[in-house]
Amino acid sequence: MPGSLSPGSLSVVPLRIVLAEDAALLREGLRAILERAGHEVVAAVEDAEALLAYAGHTSLDVVITDIRMPPTHTDEGLRAAAELRRRHPDLAVLVLSAYVADAYVAELLDSTPGGGIGYLLKDRVGHVREFLDSLARVAAGETVIDPQVVRRLLGRRHDDGPLASLTEREREVLALMAEGRTNGSIAVALFVSEAAVRKHVGSIFAKLPLDPMSDRRVSAVLAYLRDG
Amino acid sequence: MTTPPDVWTALRGRRWRFLASAWPWRALAYLVSTVPVALGAAAVLVLTVGVGLLTAVLVVGVLLLAGLPLIASVVAAVERSRMQLLLGRRPPSDSVPWRTRLRALRSMPVAWPEVGYTVLLTVVLWVVDVVALNLLVTFPGVLLAAPVLVRAGAPIDMGPLQIDTATEAWLAVGPGLLLLAAGLHGVTLLAAAQASLTRLLLDPPHARLAEALAELRRSRVGLVDAFETERRRIERDLHDGAQQRLVALTMTLGRAELEIPEGAGLDLVREAQGQAETALEELRSTVRGIHPRVLVDHGVEAAVHEVADAAEVPVTVDVSLPGRLPGPLEAAAYFVVSEALTNVVRHARARSVRVHGRVAGGRLVLTVLDDGVGGANVRSGGGLAGLALRVEALDGEFAVTSPAGGPTEVRATCPVP
Repeated sequence: MPGSLSPGSLSVVPLRIVLAEDAALLREGLRAILERAGHEVVAAVEDAEALLAYAGHTSLDVVITDIRMPPTHTDEGLRAAAELRRRHPDLAVLVLSAYVADAYVAELLDSTPGGGIGYLLKDRVGHVREFLDSLARVAAGETVIDPQVVRRLLGRRHDDGPLASLTEREREVLALMAEGRTNGSIAVALFVSEAAVRKHVGSIFAKLPLDPMSDRRVSAVLAYLRDG
Repeated sequence: MTTPPDVWTALRGRRWRFLASAWPWRALAYLVSTVPVALGAAAVLVLTVGVGLLTAVLVVGVLLLAGLPLIASVVAAVERSRMQLLLGRRPPSDSVPWRTRLRALRSMPVAWPEVGYTVLLTVVLWVVDVVALNLLVTFPGVLLAAPVLVRAGAPIDMGPLQIDTATEAWLAVGPGLLLLAAGLHGVTLLAAAQASLTRLLLDPPHARLAEALAELRRSRVGLVDAFETERRRIERDLHDGAQQRLVALTMTLGRAELEIPEGAGLDLVREAQGQAETALEELRSTVRGIHPRVLVDHGVEAAVHEVADAAEVPVTVDVSLPGRLPGPLEAAAYFVVSEALTNVVRHARARSVRVHGRVAGGRLVLTVLDDGVGGANVRSGGGLAGLALRVEALDGEFAVTSPAGGPTEVRATCPVP
C-alpha cells in the first residue's frame, strides 16, 4: 500500500481513531486520508451520541470530531469531547471546526488536562502532511492550535491579564510557540539566533504565573490563548 | 370588471353599470338601518338622561350621566361598522374599544366627536333619511305600480298629479322608471354623504394616517424578517453545499498529492489545491457578508470578532453583551459592523478601527470608529443606506458622523425587546 511514498514521509505510528463528522463527504475524505496514512479508523460516525457510544468501549488513541453535529448543530462535538476527556483523561482529542470561534478554543483548553488537545480548521485537512503531523503531535500529548486561531489571537490587544507584562517580541515568540514550533523554528521565523529565542522563552516563563509541575511550554501557550 | 372599492367611485362610474351594481341596494340598506339605530340610541339616551337627572341627588344618577360618553362610544362602534357597508375600509384598530373604555372610564377623556355624532344621529340624520327615502323611493315606486293600483281600483291622487285611467297609469310607468333611477342615485348620494360625514367625525384622517403608519411599520419589520430568513437560507445552502464540497475537494487533492511522484503532475495537483483553497476563501468571505454561521451559533460578539479578524485593517473589538439577543437584532448589529468595516477598508484609508458595543438602558449601542479620511455619507442605495433602513426597521437610530478629514463614526442604537 505505501505506493510511491518514501518511508517516513507519512506518519509511522499507527493510531486507533474514532472519527465523528456529520457530512458524509468529509467523513469519507477524512477516513481515506487516515487509512492511507496507516491509521486504523475504528469507527466513523455521524453524531456525538454515536461517538460517545464507540469511544466508551474501545481502546482508542485519538478521537477526531467535528464541532457542529446533529441534532442542534451547535457544539455537540465539543461537548462530547469534553465528556470523553472526563471519562478517559488520557484520550487525545482533535477537534475540527468550520470557523474560528473563541468560545470553542477557550472551552477546549478548559477541559480536563490529560492527553493531547488539538483545534484545527477543516480547511487544514487538505494539507494532508501537515494535518497528519498535527494529529501525531496531539496523539503524543501535545497541544496543537490552528495557526489561524493563533494569528488571530496575536492580533488582539492585551491591555490587561498576565500577558500585559510581556514585550512585543516575547509575545511574538509566545505566539509561535502556540503554533507548536520549536525554538529553532521560531529563530528562523523571527530572524534571530536560537540563543536569543531561548532567552525570550526563559523570560516568558519567568513573567507568567505558571504551574511549575506542568509542562511550562504548554502552560505558557495556554495562558496566552486564554488571555486572548 | 371588479367592483369599485367604495361608493363614491361607483357614483362617478357609468350610470347603467351603477344601477345594475349592488351599490344602490347597499345605500338603501344603510339609510334604512339608520332609523332603528338612531331611534334605539335616542331611546337609551333619553332613558339614561331622564333617570340620571331624577336620581342625580343619589350617586347612581351621577354615574349614569357619566356613562353617556360610553353610550356614544357604543353608537360610534356600531356606526363605524355600518360605515364599511359603503366606504369599504375597516376602521382604525387603535380606536379605543368600548370594553376598554368601560374599564378605564374614569381616566378616559370624553370623546367629544362621538358624543356630537350621537346627538346628530338621533336628532337630525334619521329624520333626513326617512324623508329622503319617502321622496326618492316611494314616489317612483307608486308611479311604477300605477297600472296595478288603478286596476285594483285605487286611483292615485298626489296633489296636482292625478292618475285614474289605465292609459294614464301605463303612461306613468316611463317617468316612474326614470324617477326610480334618479331616486336610486339620490339615495346613494345621500348615503355616501352621510357615511363620509360619519367617517370625518368618528374616523378622522389623522387617525387613519396613524393606522396606516403602524401598518407600514409592521410590514417593514415583516420585510426585514423575511429578508433575514432568506439570507439564513442562502448561508445554510452554501455551508451545506458548495462550501463542504470544496473542503472535500481539497482533501481529495491532498490525497492525490501523496500518490503522485514529484514532477509536472504533482505541480498541477498543488496548483489545483491552491485554487480550491482560494475558491473556499472567497466563498467564506461572501458568506461573511451574508449571514455567517458563527453569528447563528455564537451571537454578535463572536461574529464581530470573526469579521474584525478578516478585515484588512487592524480592528480593536470591545463588544460585551449580556448573552444572546433576538435574531433580527443580532443580524442588524452584525451587519452594522461588517458593512461599516467594509466601508472603512474600501474608502477610509484608515490605520485603525475601534468597534464598541454595549447594551445600556434597554438599548443596544454599537459604534464603529475609524481614523481615516472621513467624508462618508449615507448615500441612497449604498451599504450605509441599507444599514440605516435595517436599523430603523427595528425602531432604532442610525447615524454617520464623518467630517472631511475624519474621523468617521458609524453609530447604531436599537431598543432591545
